[in-house]
Amino acid sequence: MLVDWIIILSSIAYLLVLFAIAYVADKRAERGVGITSHPYVYALSLGVYCTSWTFYGSVGLAASSGLNFLPIYLGPTLVFVLWWLVVKKIIRITKAHRITSIADFISSRYGKSTPLSALVTIIAVVGIVPYISLQLKAVAISFNVLKQYPEVVAPLNSPPIATVADTAFWVALVLAIFAILFGTRNIDNSEHHDGVVVAIAFESVVKLLAFLAVGIFVTFGLYDGFGDLFKQASRVPELVQLMTFEKEGAYVTWVTLTTLSMVAAVCLPRQFQVIAVENVNEPGLRKGVWLFPLYLLAINVFVLPIALGGMLQFPKGGMNADTFILTLPMAHGQEMLALLVFLGGLSAATSMVIVATIALSTMVCNDLVMPILLRWNWLGLKQKSDFTGVLLFVRRSSIILILLFGYAYFRFLGESDALVTIGLISFAAVFQFAPAMIGGMFWKGGNRKGALVGLSCGIIVWAYTLLLPSFAKSGVLPITFIAAGPWGIELLRPYELFGLQGIDHLTHSLFWTTVFNVGGYVFVSLYTRHSAIERVQGALFVDVYRYADQGPRSQLWQGSASVEDLFNLLVRFLGRARADRAFSGYFRDRGLERRRVIAADADLVHLTERLLSGAIGAASARVMISSVVKGEVVRLEEVMTILDETSQVIEYSQNLEQKSKELESTTSQLRAANERLQELDRLKDEFLSTVSHELRTPLTSIRSFSEILSDHPDLEDEEKSRFLGIIVKESVRLTRLINQVLDLAKIEAGQMEWILEDLDIPQVVENAMDTMSATLSEKDIALDVDFEPNLPEIRGDRDRLMQVFVNLLSNAVKFCDEDQGWVKVSVFRQGQEMAITVSDNGRGVPWQAREYIFEKFHQSREGLADKPHGTGLGLSISRQIVEYFGGRLELVQTGSKGSVFGVFLPLPAAQVIAKAGQ
Amino acid sequence: MPQTVLVVEDEPHIVDSLSFLMKKAGFEVFIARDGDAALRMVKSRPPDLMLLDIMLPRKDGFEVLKSVRSNDAWKEIRVILLTAKGRDVDRLKGMELGADDFVTKPFSTKDVVRLVKQHLGVEDKLA
Repeated sequence: MLVDWIIILSSIAYLLVLFAIAYVADKRAERGVGITSHPYVYALSLGVYCTSWTFYGSVGLAASSGLNFLPIYLGPTLVFVLWWLVVKKIIRITKAHRITSIADFISSRYGKSTPLSALVTIIAVVGIVPYISLQLKAVAISFNVLKQYPEVVAPLNSPPIATVADTAFWVALVLAIFAILFGTRNIDNSEHHDGVVVAIAFESVVKLLAFLAVGIFVTFGLYDGFGDLFKQASRVPELVQLMTFEKEGAYVTWVTLTTLSMVAAVCLPRQFQVIAVENVNEPGLRKGVWLFPLYLLAINVFVLPIALGGMLQFPKGGMNADTFILTLPMAHGQEMLALLVFLGGLSAATSMVIVATIALSTMVCNDLVMPILLRWNWLGLKQKSDFTGVLLFVRRSSIILILLFGYAYFRFLGESDALVTIGLISFAAVFQFAPAMIGGMFWKGGNRKGALVGLSCGIIVWAYTLLLPSFAKSGVLPITFIAAGPWGIELLRPYELFGLQGIDHLTHSLFWTTVFNVGGYVFVSLYTRHSAIERVQGALFVDVYRYADQGPRSQLWQGSASVEDLFNLLVRFLGRARADRAFSGYFRDRGLERRRVIAADADLVHLTERLLSGAIGAASARVMISSVVKGEVVRLEEVMTILDETSQVIEYSQNLEQKSKELESTTSQLRAANERLQELDRLKDEFLSTVSHELRTPLTSIRSFSEILSDHPDLEDEEKSRFLGIIVKESVRLTRLINQVLDLAKIEAGQMEWILEDLDIPQVVENAMDTMSATLSEKDIALDVDFEPNLPEIRGDRDRLMQVFVNLLSNAVKFCDEDQGWVKVSVFRQGQEMAITVSDNGRGVPWQAREYIFEKFHQSREGLADKPHGTGLGLSISRQIVEYFGGRLELVQTGSKGSVFGVFLPLPAAQVIAKAGQ
Repeated sequence: MPQTVLVVEDEPHIVDSLSFLMKKAGFEVFIARDGDAALRMVKSRPPDLMLLDIMLPRKDGFEVLKSVRSNDAWKEIRVILLTAKGRDVDRLKGMELGADDFVTKPFSTKDVVRLVKQHLGVEDKLA
C-alpha cells in the first residue's frame, strides 16, 4: 500500500540522505579533500539541466508532438560538443573576475553597472519563477497521482484546497529550508558549495536510474524490446505521426527549440551556477564535454518508448501524458517502481529548485538589494561593522520569497499550461541574456547603454508575446487580448505581432525578441559613447586569454588605501576568520610581515575587491572599495598610463616654459645689468676723462708759466710776479680739485670718515661766513644774516657741513651782481626741518639747468669768461654730504633777481615730537 | 708783415701763456674764447695758423675744424689741436678732420713754439 505517510516518509528519508551526502561533501571540502573537482561529479552536476520537466514533461511532449522533445537536449549537447570554447571562455572570465552570477557577469562586462545587474536579476527572477513553479507543480501532481494508488486517475486541475493542505506549498517550504541550509552557509559565493554540487550530482544519478528503470520496464517488461514497441505503435496512425516530421513548420520549431536550449544551457542562472561559478577546475570541463551529452542521451533513450507505451496503454487520452512515467508502473502494480519514479521526479525537482534559488538569491542579494542598501544607506549599513549577518539574512529571505513567488505562480497561473510550455517561457526569458552576454564576450564594441536597451526591449517583447498571453489563457487577463489584440488593434496581437503569422508562438516570440534585443544592443552600442571602464572591461572579457597570464596587474587600482581599512572592510563582509586567512596568506606569499605594512599596494586592494566581489558582487564591491581607497578610484590602468604620460608631458613642457621664462627674465636682467654696467663704464670713462681734463688744465698753466719764467730770465719784474701769481693760483686750484675728487671718491665708496657731534648750525654757518669775509669785503658785497633764535642742535660733521656752506657762499659770491653784490644767509625752522638758505642777486640759473648744476663737473660758463672757474664738483659733493645726513640740497628759487639755494636738515625726532606736543 | 696765429682756448691762464709765447716768437696773436668767436675771427681775418682747443664752450674744436676745412678759402690755415685728454680717439678724429698736428696738455712751451714755427715754415733761430 502506498499511503500518504509512506510517500511522505520516503520523501523525507530521501531528502535526509541528500542532506547527509551534502554534509559529508562539505566536511570533506573543509578538510581540503573535496570531490567536486572530479570530472564525473562535475558532469553529473551539469545534469541539473534535466529537471522534472525532463522527467515528466519530455514524455508529455513526445506524446503530443513526437520528436520535438529532442531539441531541448540537442541544444546543450551542441553547446558542449561544438561550442565548448564559448563555455571555456565563460569559465575563464568567471574565474578571473570572481563572478558570482550571470547578472554579475553581464554587469561586470559593461563596466560594473549597477542598473544593468539589477535588470538582469529582475529578468532572471521573473523568468525563472514560472520554472520553479513548474517543479512544484510536478512534485505536487506526482504526489497526488501516486497517493491514489492502486487507482490510476488523472490529477485534478484546479484543486480547491487550502494552501495549508496543498502539497506544493509544503514542497516549496521544504525545498526552501534545504536551499538555505546548504546554499547560504558561506557568504563568499565564489567559494564553492561543495555539498550542494555533490548532492545534485547524486540526484542526477537517482533521476537517471529511475527513468531508465521505467524505460526498461516499459520496453522490456510490457513489450518485447524496442522493435516490438515501435511495431505495435506503427499500427496506430496518430502514433506514426509522432515519429516523423510531417507536421507543418516542424523544422522551424526544431531550429527554434535547439537555439533556445543552446542558450538556456549556459544562460539559465542555475546552469551558469554549476557550469561556471561552481566549477573548480577548468580541465574538468573536458570530461564534461562528452560526459554530459552522454548523460542527456541516456536520459532520453526511453522518452519515446515510454510515450508510445503510455499512448498504447491509455488509448483514449484519458491520462495526462506528463504522468505516463508514473502511471504506467502504477497501472501494472509496480509500487516500488512507482515510488522510485516519484523519488526520481522529486530529485529532478529539488536539484533544480535548490540550485536555481541559490543562484537567484545571490543575484537578488548582490545585484539588487545590496547596491540599493549601500547606495541609499537606509540602514546605516556603510557604518556597520559586521555585514555577514545582513548578507545572510538577505539571501535567506530571498530564497524563501522566490519559492513563495513560485508557489503563487503555480497556484494562480500554473494550472492552464503543460509543463513544457511553462519551461519554454522561462527559456525564452533567459534567451534575452544571450546578445549582451555572448556579444560582450566577442565584441568589444558592445557597451552598457546598448546592453541595457537590448535587454529591456527583449524582455518587454518577451513579456508581451509570451508571458501576457499565458496570463490571458489562465484568465488573469481577458482572453480577447490574444485573439483581437489590445484595444482591438489587430497589428498588436501578441501571437501575431505586426502581422507575423504562420509560425508557432515560441518561434514568433523568439523572432521578435531577437530583432528588438539584438537590434537595440547593436544600434545603441554603435551610436553611444563608451566610458573608459567599459572599454577596459570589454577588453578584459574579450581578450580574457591574453590578460589571464598577466594576472591582476591588468586592472590595478590607482590611489592608496591602508591595510587596516581594507582588512576591516573584509571583516565586515566575510568575517574575521576568513579575512585573517586571506591577508595572512597574501603577506606570507610575499614574505612580508603584516604588522610592518601600513599602506596597501595595488595587488592587495585588488585582492580585497575580488574577495568582496565574491561576497557582494562586483558592482557593490566597487562601491565599498572606493570608500576606503583614497585618490583615484578608477581601476583603468590604460587610462591612467595615458594620463600619466600626458601629465608628464604637460609637466615637462611646463617646466620648459618655466625655464625659458626664467631664462628670458635672466637674460633681460643681464641685459639691464649689462646696460647699467656699460652706463657705469661710460660714466666712469667720462668721469676719468673729465677729471683728467680738469687736472691737466691747471697743470698746463703751471707748467707753461714755470717754463716761461725759466726760459725767459729777462722778463720784467711785474710780468714775473704776475706769472708767479698765476702759478700759485692754479696750484691752489689743483690742490682743491684733487681734494674734492678724493672726497667724492670716498663718499661714493662709503669710505668717508664722518666725525659726528651735536652742532649748533647757526654757529657753523657763521664760521663758514668768517672764511669768506675777506673775499666779501674785497668785492664789496653786502651780506645779510637772518638767524632764528633758539634752534635745536643737529647731529652732524662740523667740517663737512662747513664745506657745504662755504661752497654755497662762494658760489653766491661768484655769481652775485658784479657791481652791487648782495648775499643773504638765513637759518630757520620749517616744519620738521631746519632750513639754511643762501640767496644772491646774480642773474640766476637757467631753468633747464636746475638739476643739471648738481652733476659732477658741471660748470657754469655763462658770462663768466673772465672769472676763475671752480672745479665743477662743489655742488655735487655738497649734495652728497647733505643727503648723508638725511637732508636735501636744492635750488629753491631762481630767476633774474638771483638764486636761492637751500639746505634742509631733518630735526631730531625728539624735537619734532616736542614741537608737535606744543 | 708778421704771420698771424689764432689762439682758441677758454682757459684764461692758458691763453695768457700761449699768447705770450707766440708774441715772443714774432707772430701776431688773436684770441678767441669759444668756438663761435673763433669762426667769426676766421671769417673776418683768416690766420695763418690756429691753436685750437677741443673742449670749448658752445661749439667744440672738432666743429670749428670741420667748418674751417669745409671752406676752400681756408684750406691753407694750419691747425694744431690742443687736447687735454690725450686720447688716441680724439687725435685720430682730429687728424681725419684735417688737423695738421696736435699738442697734448700739459704741453711743453718749447714744443708748441717749435711746432708752430715748423708748420709756418719759420726758421727756428735757436735751432
